Amino acid sequence: MAQISTTNRVAGLRATPSLAERIDLPQRVVFAAAASMIFIVVLLLAFIAWQGVQLFVKDGVPIGQILSPTWQPDSTSPDTNFGLLPFIAGTVFVTAIALVISTPLSVGLALFLSEVAPHWARAIVQPALEIFVGIPSVVWGWLGITILVPFLSSTFHDDLVLSLPIVGDVFRVPGFLTGFSWLAGSLILSIMILPTITSVSFDAFRAVPQELRTGSLALGTTRWQTIRHLLIPSALTGVLTAVVLGMTRAAGEALAVQMVIGNSPSLPAAITQPVTTLTSQITLDMGNTVFGEPWQDALWTMSLVLLIISITSVVLVRLLNKRRMAS
Amino acid sequence: MTATASQAIGRPNGPKPSLRRGSSRGSILADRAATAVLWGTGVFVLLLLGSIIVHFALAAWGVVSPSFVLSDPSDSVLGGVLPVLWNSIYMLALTMLIAVPIGILGGIYMAEYAGDNALTSAIRFAEEAISSVPSIVVGLFGLILFVDEFHWGFTALGGALALTLFNLPLMTRLSEQALRAVPQEERTASLALGATKWQTIRHIIVPLAIPGLITGVILTAGRVFGEAAVLLFTSGIGTPPHYDFSNLDLTNPASPWSPFRPATTLSVYIYKLQSEGLGIYRNQIIDGAAAILISMVLIFNLGARFLGRVLTRRLTAA
Repeated sequence: MAQISTTNRVAGLRATPSLAERIDLPQRVVFAAAASMIFIVVLLLAFIAWQGVQLFVKDGVPIGQILSPTWQPDSTSPDTNFGLLPFIAGTVFVTAIALVISTPLSVGLALFLSEVAPHWARAIVQPALEIFVGIPSVVWGWLGITILVPFLSSTFHDDLVLSLPIVGDVFRVPGFLTGFSWLAGSLILSIMILPTITSVSFDAFRAVPQELRTGSLALGTTRWQTIRHLLIPSALTGVLTAVVLGMTRAAGEALAVQMVIGNSPSLPAAITQPVTTLTSQITLDMGNTVFGEPWQDALWTMSLVLLIISITSVVLVRLLNKRRMAS
Repeated sequence: MTATASQAIGRPNGPKPSLRRGSSRGSILADRAATAVLWGTGVFVLLLLGSIIVHFALAAWGVVSPSFVLSDPSDSVLGGVLPVLWNSIYMLALTMLIAVPIGILGGIYMAEYAGDNALTSAIRFAEEAISSVPSIVVGLFGLILFVDEFHWGFTALGGALALTLFNLPLMTRLSEQALRAVPQEERTASLALGATKWQTIRHIIVPLAIPGLITGVILTAGRVFGEAAVLLFTSGIGTPPHYDFSNLDLTNPASPWSPFRPATTLSVYIYKLQSEGLGIYRNQIIDGAAAILISMVLIFNLGARFLGRVLTRRLTAA
């Protein structure tokens, strides 16, 4: 007995740690696992950047050309031109309309879950949202092809015209020809990013201290006044973060968009017309081009543009978070 | 509670408050309208999800059957999905085999070791950056690295590695959250008893975090199972041949057990069929395949909830 306690004391008070303690293998292993993500990012950036600049370096296409609206990548054609503007504009426009549709809906849903819903309703809607997140993008695309696209083309087939007696036509939106369109892409995306925007804004609303709500209600305001004048302003940076995250998802989504958007490589003309995006064109053309030919190099340049968009949004989210921490 | 308070205050014939705004008729109407609209968003989401599930249940009726699940693909007759479903499960297992250990270990570092320093914030930045990279770009990265640089061609292993690096941030973050949820007292008590940091982690913290860790694994699995864009250019898009499951030679690309063979998954097969399928049964096959995908997603989701709840109850009751 006495002996045991002595050895224990000796072990406990030993001045120099054992070799195993000094190296601390477990710490190194878990560190390597976490740090592997840095390695992955660096590798990914390096490879995509290297491939992405080949269009300019190897094929000698002037950088300015990617901002032209003409996409003529076929090397057998006499006037090849690698204008990426239709794709960049398509991505921006399709994403923008998706955000316009999805943001009010998602923020409303977040407010519902955070401020209005009784416990039982939240217990139903939150799992439902998680299932939405899990629905694969090809399934959304297929729903788009089989339900949304036919609906659009049969319901809004005629031109939408607003005309006044004397002035004449104020504006005219051409009807859907096939239904494969900018709007179809935006609608599918708006549902796909709904869970992202909802859950991040929900967290932002929950982070507003309960005392502020009680204080506001005690002053005699209605719940809606509290939401409008207190909650939304206090949670604004959080909601903006949510919108940026939704935007990133929308801009990067490939298959669902490609399936419903019509893939017409020209500048977006009307919301009812086919357009194309960076992701759709990459998806469509990558398998049909030969490694190293300018056409494929242009696709790599597109993926570099996508990568720049997503890294920018990560930085943006960080800045927003910093602002939220500061306030 | 707040709801009843606001109703009591907002009632027009209640005690009249002298405060601004509060009880004007317009603001009460606005409040009612807003409440109705906010309820509407919740109802909308439920209706949408409900109708999607009903739609696929109806569409799959008469298509999904044991023979659909167990026969080889074809769209000129009502072909089945056996090899692509097998590939989905195979890829899921292979991916999780790589991603789960790395993700949990990384989560341990982030929850237990990471200090407030530049290195930690670099890891966090990397985590956020990978999560935000479009899946198609991750697929292209896999194409250039595994397919071209390593000369593997389209392989299940290349696809699984691309899926791993795409889902590693999610797995790491969910693990970190699960570990952080373990109360601080458990750590203090264990360390006070003389356990080393690693002993504390291994014997106290990780066991306590198991419900959360399992939820994380299942949520990640759900995302891996449905992913297609990452796989188009890494594990391939060709219609698989007839699989001979008795061929257990892992190095033989003809064996369905081998990681060194192209592996078109269920999601990729749906994408391929809708873009190039010409057979008259195309739509029915896609509906059936999509119904299987959706059911798997439901199973993963409900499974994660159920298992998490059961394990938490068992561990906290003990």
